[in-house]
Amino acid sequence: MGKSTREAYGLALAELGEKNDKVVALDADLSGSTKTGTFKKVFPDRFYNFGIAEADMMCAAAGFAFSGYVPFASTFAVFGTGRAFEQIRNSIAYTKANVKMAFTHAGISVGEDGGSHQSLEDIALMRTLPNVTVFCPCDAAETKKAVMAAAEIDGPVYLRLGRSSCDDVTDENTPFVPGKAVVLKEGTDAAIFATGLMVSIALKAAAALDAEGISTAVVDFHTIKPFDEETVLAYNGKVKAIVTAEEAFVVGGLGSAVAETIAGKGGAKFARVGVEDRFGQSGNPDALFELYGLTVENIVAKVKGLL
Amino acid sequence: MNLKEKAAQLRIDIINELFEAQSGHPGGSLSCIDTLTALYYNVMNVRPEQPDWEDRDRFVLSKGHCCPALYAVLADKGYFPKSELATLRKLGSHLQGHPDMHKTKGIDANTGSLGQGISIAMGMALAAKHGKKNYQVYTMVGDGECQEGLIWEASMAAAHYKLDNFTVILDHNGLQIDGKNTDVMDIGNIVAKFAAFGFETITVDGHDIDAVTAALKLPHTPGKPKFICCETTKGKGVSFMENNPGWHGATIKKADYEAAMKDLEVL
Repeated sequence: MGKSTREAYGLALAELGEKNDKVVALDADLSGSTKTGTFKKVFPDRFYNFGIAEADMMCAAAGFAFSGYVPFASTFAVFGTGRAFEQIRNSIAYTKANVKMAFTHAGISVGEDGGSHQSLEDIALMRTLPNVTVFCPCDAAETKKAVMAAAEIDGPVYLRLGRSSCDDVTDENTPFVPGKAVVLKEGTDAAIFATGLMVSIALKAAAALDAEGISTAVVDFHTIKPFDEETVLAYNGKVKAIVTAEEAFVVGGLGSAVAETIAGKGGAKFARVGVEDRFGQSGNPDALFELYGLTVENIVAKVKGLL
Repeated sequence: MNLKEKAAQLRIDIINELFEAQSGHPGGSLSCIDTLTALYYNVMNVRPEQPDWEDRDRFVLSKGHCCPALYAVLADKGYFPKSELATLRKLGSHLQGHPDMHKTKGIDANTGSLGQGISIAMGMALAAKHGKKNYQVYTMVGDGECQEGLIWEASMAAAHYKLDNFTVILDHNGLQIDGKNTDVMDIGNIVAKFAAFGFETITVDGHDIDAVTAALKLPHTPGKPKFICCETTKGKGVSFMENNPGWHGATIKKADYEAAMKDLEVL
């Protein structure tokens, strides 16, 4: 297992801090967990804690951005995108504020903390907002690229990061262009469009399908917004089955973005893998992935069900 | 023209704007205009010809719905032609129903969702400290707005970070949409509350431009943000709007307009 995306975020932020002295880190009493603490150790004078006050942190981040800084604000995804949603909407998205919202502990991979802390709606919430770029990196290497890319974008960026360690499925040579999905594996019969931690699981599912004679592509959607409709439509025109895989509610996430893109176009049959319309619960991440169907077996079954 | 006359003229501009728009918020715009006059004509260091001057003082109208007052001031200061005030709230106008920093010159933050402006302004003041800049950051909140939890989150942070470059001005007119603050949700001893949160506090007559100016110019106690409670009358200057919550947000009809102008022309 490789580093978690939150650990990769902390390291990348500290590295970014060396290159760009306008970068500041903001947190809401979770710097040890979100890993802004890694930045704080190197740049104590460029770190601001707002206490347990996420709404205030997000508006203050806008204030920093309006003053010429590049604030990276971090908390758990459930509090950042949820509690502070309307602060993000009006003070950051509406104003095109140059705020980077690097929220960790997204998805059910939070594990033991349970349903109150497992953000499954954050992709849906953030992708509805104009002006916001949404990144959902799949591993440590991709997270670093997403952090660096976020700093280059003049405007709000949501970085969806996780708590648990994850497989390394990309490396420093894997291309990362915001808004451009990465084809990790080609295939001619089916395609799995995955994001975040599900990319690794999608690769395993594709290997299993290939072994059964079903040539399956895997595409890593590290950017949910702007959405790479071009890649979706290209596969829709050449494979018979498309399955999306995400560690988020199937309502409003990657699966919805793909459905919106291919609706009415004809082409491939389509199914979604993700958390169905119910909240999470306590348990270790592996057990939760099993219980909620975020598995190789479920993806394989979904693909075969379409063919 | 002295500033009392200036404020009288700005009141006429406000009513003209709102009559043209046929919607908007007269009551709070009229209650805060004397304070804004003191701020913009006696205190703030800004350059209307260079609205994004890096070292300008900042002002965030946290009670964003009272932007007709701010627009009247900005037009008078020369940020944009006064004739454009007549486009308020109309399709294609840069004068939005609530302030938009990307559309209107001189606006430092988008506001309108109550509670957020003070927090943005606090962030600006903290950023100024971070960058060792000397400019001041001012924000104006409403009394109904003080019911928002974010007001207190931002206030806690302002004291924690010792923002002695930050001033919160309260337009204390006692009324909100649904009625009196004391009936809707009593904000209690609001000055004591800000003092308890770590602010240096001052209470003034918010219609006395000299008194407001003196309070704004009073040097900060080192390490402390400043809170100025401006005691005001909602709808001030238009007899039938004064102390009437019905004029928080209401359409000014022709007869109202004529009556209002009669009141304002004698000011």
